[in-house]
Amino acid sequence: MDQETEEVFRQEAESLIESLQAGLLDLKRDPENMEVVSQVFRDLHTIKGTGAMFGFQRLADFVHDFEAAFEGVRSGTTSITDDLIDVSLKAYDLIVSLLEGDAPDPQVDADLKRALKAATGAEVAMPNSEEPAPTVSGAPLGAPWLLKISLPDDLIEIGGNPVALINELIELGNNDVSVKARVGETSPVFSEMNPSKIYLAWEIELPAETGEQDIRDVFMFHEGRMTLDLMRVPESVDAARTDAVAPAAPFVAAPAATPADNAQKPQSAGPDKKRGATAGRTKGQMRVPSERLDDIMDRVGELVIAESRLATLSSKIDSLELREMVETIKRLALGLRHTTMAIRLSPLSSITGKFHRLAHDLSGKTGKKFDLIIEGEDTELDKSVIDALTDPLVHILRNAVDHGLESNADRVAAGKPERGTVTLSARHSGADVLISVTDDGKGLNPDFIKERAVARGLVEPGATLSRNEIFALLLEPGFSTAETVTDLSGRGVGTDVVKNTVEGLRGSIYIDSELGRGATFTLRLPLTLAIIEGLMIQVGTERYTVPLSAVEGIVELPEKLEAVTEMCSVVELDDNLVSILRLRKAFGVPGDAPRHSKIVLVRANDEQVGLVADRIIGSFQTVIKQLSPLHTRLNVFSGATILGDGTVALIVDVAQIVRSQNIENSQKRRVA
Amino acid sequence: MTKTVLIIDDSPSVLRMIQMTLQQAGYEVAQASDGAQGLAIALSQRFDMIITDQNMPNMTGIDFIKSYRKDPSSDGVPILFLSTESEGDLKAEAREAGALGWIAKPFDQAKLTAVAKKVLG
Repeated sequence: MDQETEEVFRQEAESLIESLQAGLLDLKRDPENMEVVSQVFRDLHTIKGTGAMFGFQRLADFVHDFEAAFEGVRSGTTSITDDLIDVSLKAYDLIVSLLEGDAPDPQVDADLKRALKAATGAEVAMPNSEEPAPTVSGAPLGAPWLLKISLPDDLIEIGGNPVALINELIELGNNDVSVKARVGETSPVFSEMNPSKIYLAWEIELPAETGEQDIRDVFMFHEGRMTLDLMRVPESVDAARTDAVAPAAPFVAAPAATPADNAQKPQSAGPDKKRGATAGRTKGQMRVPSERLDDIMDRVGELVIAESRLATLSSKIDSLELREMVETIKRLALGLRHTTMAIRLSPLSSITGKFHRLAHDLSGKTGKKFDLIIEGEDTELDKSVIDALTDPLVHILRNAVDHGLESNADRVAAGKPERGTVTLSARHSGADVLISVTDDGKGLNPDFIKERAVARGLVEPGATLSRNEIFALLLEPGFSTAETVTDLSGRGVGTDVVKNTVEGLRGSIYIDSELGRGATFTLRLPLTLAIIEGLMIQVGTERYTVPLSAVEGIVELPEKLEAVTEMCSVVELDDNLVSILRLRKAFGVPGDAPRHSKIVLVRANDEQVGLVADRIIGSFQTVIKQLSPLHTRLNVFSGATILGDGTVALIVDVAQIVRSQNIENSQKRRVA
Repeated sequence: MTKTVLIIDDSPSVLRMIQMTLQQAGYEVAQASDGAQGLAIALSQRFDMIITDQNMPNMTGIDFIKSYRKDPSSDGVPILFLSTESEGDLKAEAREAGALGWIAKPFDQAKLTAVAKKVLG
């Protein structure tokens, strides 16, 4: 087995066990769902079958019993109990560790097998039907074999080849074989014979040393559908061995291959994947080191820059041919960019299985009853972002259950449903993806948090802080609201690590909460990491790029504006009040804006905001180059890009610029 | 003429293993990942042999065999059925539906090659 096949198996096994775990957790909620039972059964069956083929014998043996337990459920003799799910999840853990190549104490397998049996309350055994070997009728050993056969009459229709079968026997008998064919007793007259049916019966004599099982194996597919009499006969029935294959002659036209054919084929045809690719679509996947993808992305980025420089150069040369070529390259680069980006995207569902399991375990450990609801699992994100997000999300979920949700009794006392709800939802928002974790627990107490922050020296005692600023203190290193360190959270990765991870992905994290009603942690993450479609604008003499996906429209700047602050105004658009930000003022460009300035409408933090620019230049593919660490304080810019003429344009971080100018608040004041 | 084989299995690793084995033995290989897809491909061109799994989404192996055998173009095309040793009754059902034979899982490359040679000659 080559390495790649093993890798394919490993990947497949991972997705199978993922599905298995999801199925088990679904059954915990909905034990009657027979569709899920079948799914679980099918997953187990496949894991068993392929596991054995790829050398995971212990795994296959264990899963055999696991499957047997679910056979009872599938056939309706036993039902799903919490007990069974618990044991099954432990069995799942064993499968995972066996797949990972660990060698746990064999006692674990035995104990779990027993627990599975106990949980299903039935001694279920899978039917094991190795066909018993038929015994041969008594005859002296050492005498030659006489085999009388008549083949199934539909053999040719179903693709069988009688000549090949007889050739096999001839080979078995080292050519020392006599074959006699005769027309069977029940055959119709010649004129009524169907050419695709078999009317012949054979008598074949084989040497005494031929193995009985070998002879029977030739007909292994047809046992039960043919007559096969095998006996030892004291004397040779027919000595004429020279014309051994003669009776097979009428079938020469059938698709029989001679041994000579066999010998030639393997050399003439090497692996040929063409047909596989065109005739059949596989859902095969390939695992590639992410550095290679980064490398491709980098090069695609450079290509996009080179392409736009080429476009600039070609615009100075009056050549239709050149322009056509530039257009072609542009199209190709765009396609390549899209494909490369798509390769990197992975749905959130690829990690949510872990969260269901986590919820199960958390519920068990804390005794808090709750449902984990996951919304927007299809939301796709860069694979590296998804991978990096797993730990922070696990941490936030743990916190939500451990610190957010009240105990069952407290919930009832507070007039809430006994079962809590924790929702993990993901959705796109402009150029970003928002992932939020909401619980309906006791919520965060701003006064308590502030008090604690003051005590820890994180803020000055008299400082005035907004609610959001107070909640943000939770993310500061060294801040923990947990009264005691529990087994589940409050140790290990701190919330500040969550913050660092998210910020490392150019994302941000917000916390909102209503006391007594619950809390929401929202992660805002960029959809892509390297190239964006940008709207280029001019402010003063400089050019800037606004991520096009955040842009919702462009309108003319009205003559009269109601000023809120020097930089911010409010304008009425389609009956909505929209805050607008004068970029000239924000960027410190001296002088007045030209008369026909434009408002670029962008969506940031779920609010529409207008950015006033002098001029709109157009949309361009923008390769994001990180700003040097020296400039990281310039948080209103998320990066820079190199333009076709070699100059640099800064990329506006819409969310940050809006936040830095407090437009949200001014707008809220207006609306209120 | 190189002989062509269609493999129908929802397990990518089994598909790949069979594909590689048969290609090494000199056959051309097409693949389908469930019975319904397999049926569409099987009816679109003639194969020298078809290997199908039983447990698959959309259409099981036996349902595939039944549907395929309804089409006259399936005459003479051998079908091998992949089964585990615990599925003895399924083997009979598959044979009834029109499979020529079976390969019991787990199998290795040598066993698969031997069975393929037996059927394809």
